[in-house]
Amino acid sequence: MSDSDTLLLSVPLDGLHRELGAKMVPFAGYAMPVQYPDGVLAEHLHTRAGAGLFDVSHMGQAEIRGANAAALLETLVPGDIQGLGIGRTRYTVFTNDQGGILDDLMVSKLAEDHLFLVINAACKHADFAHLLAHLDGKAELRLIEDRALVALQGPLAAQAMAALSPEAGAMGFMSIREITVAGIACLATRSGYTGEDGWELSVPTAKAEALVRALLARPEVKPAGLGARDSLRLEAGLCLYGSDIDTETTPVEAGLSWIIGKRRRAEGGFPGAAIIQKQLAEGPARLRVGIQPLGRAPARAHTEITDPDGTRLGEICSGGFGPSADRPVAMGYVPAAFAAIGTPIKLVVRGKALDAQVAALPFVAHRYHKG
Amino acid sequence: MSDIRFTKDHEWIQVEGGVGTVGISDYAQHALGDVVYVEVPAAGTVLTKGGEAAVVESVKAASEVYSPVSGTVTKGNQAIVDQPGLINQSPEDGAWFFKLTLSDPSELDGLMDRAAYDEFLATLD
Repeated sequence: MSDSDTLLLSVPLDGLHRELGAKMVPFAGYAMPVQYPDGVLAEHLHTRAGAGLFDVSHMGQAEIRGANAAALLETLVPGDIQGLGIGRTRYTVFTNDQGGILDDLMVSKLAEDHLFLVINAACKHADFAHLLAHLDGKAELRLIEDRALVALQGPLAAQAMAALSPEAGAMGFMSIREITVAGIACLATRSGYTGEDGWELSVPTAKAEALVRALLARPEVKPAGLGARDSLRLEAGLCLYGSDIDTETTPVEAGLSWIIGKRRRAEGGFPGAAIIQKQLAEGPARLRVGIQPLGRAPARAHTEITDPDGTRLGEICSGGFGPSADRPVAMGYVPAAFAAIGTPIKLVVRGKALDAQVAALPFVAHRYHKG
Repeated sequence: MSDIRFTKDHEWIQVEGGVGTVGISDYAQHALGDVVYVEVPAAGTVLTKGGEAAVVESVKAASEVYSPVSGTVTKGNQAIVDQPGLINQSPEDGAWFFKLTLSDPSELDGLMDRAAYDEFLATLD
């Protein structure tokens, strides 16, 4: 074991990952499985054909309790949390005073006075401090450090869950409820980060391995690592915090205006509201767009984007090879005048200006559960 | 054909009649994962030992392939450009990257033979 390993935190399923032959890499301070022996390509394709099982226990889980929990959280996010139904889940972001994004998160309403949050691993300590400072004792924040989080994703996720959980199939997309999976009590949301149907299961640490072994015993389920998670979310056009969104990008620039509730647009009351409202009214100066390289060369993050004459427009925020698209795919920021689908652009890869065009997102159609 | 020789950057070279064939090792393809894109140098390209010669990209990342020796490229392997996955299947034979005429065959002396490369790999993990 190298020195760097000893400084990394282990997820509860660490031993199982190693038993499965995972390649473990440092990610946000944790040793995480980037891939299993099948490899990123096969894990990606299996998740689009069957079901992939991802350990995302490094992510932060928290709950906020208090009569004014939703109203208090609304002072930090532009989403409509007061209007969120009980048993429903919503994607939102923490904004700063400039309208930039501090983190993105999932908020679920378990009861009017009880919210469940899932936040990014790399941001969780800053998020907790931010929440504590602004909740100001008016609601109780609890970090959930005794639960693992796993995601089952793919068109056959429902088939696997049906065999193990009598309640799961009745759940709608972006809903949350307590269910049992293989007899193990889980807090489940029907959501994910791949563009596919699926569930994220929050489970007590002590039961995590039994849960995962029960899921992996299903013939349609295979383990998938963070490598496949990244290529899947890129094809699905979903943002990765720190790459596609950060404190320098607003939700409007990021193409996330849809997360700003109608009431919130009118009322404001979240950090950076004036800037965000102005961008909503006038349009942002730049936008996150899908980018389709026309050749076979992938364009990675920070690749320069230019217009056809070579004038710099911006850069790629996420890019790589899309295994299901079977071609390179990318996202990047361009001035609003260049954001229309089909706009020709160039990508400067290893000194060569390669042809590309602005493309519709997602690259692979979402197949979320309807009903 | 000479014995296969390796670099610390995980390229290999085999020389026959003053022409070297260059590829990446099985260790390298395994570390890269599924290869999805390759660029090989065109015939006539002049390469220097340790200089960038080719590009290999997996789903995860892009990497450079460095020339183990100095020389002039006689041929790039179009088969791996058309089917990058060949690099994962047969890295140390069919999926070579390019051939070159050596300008200084004595540069081979500094490279590792199979046994020395295996010893070197054992120090990496």
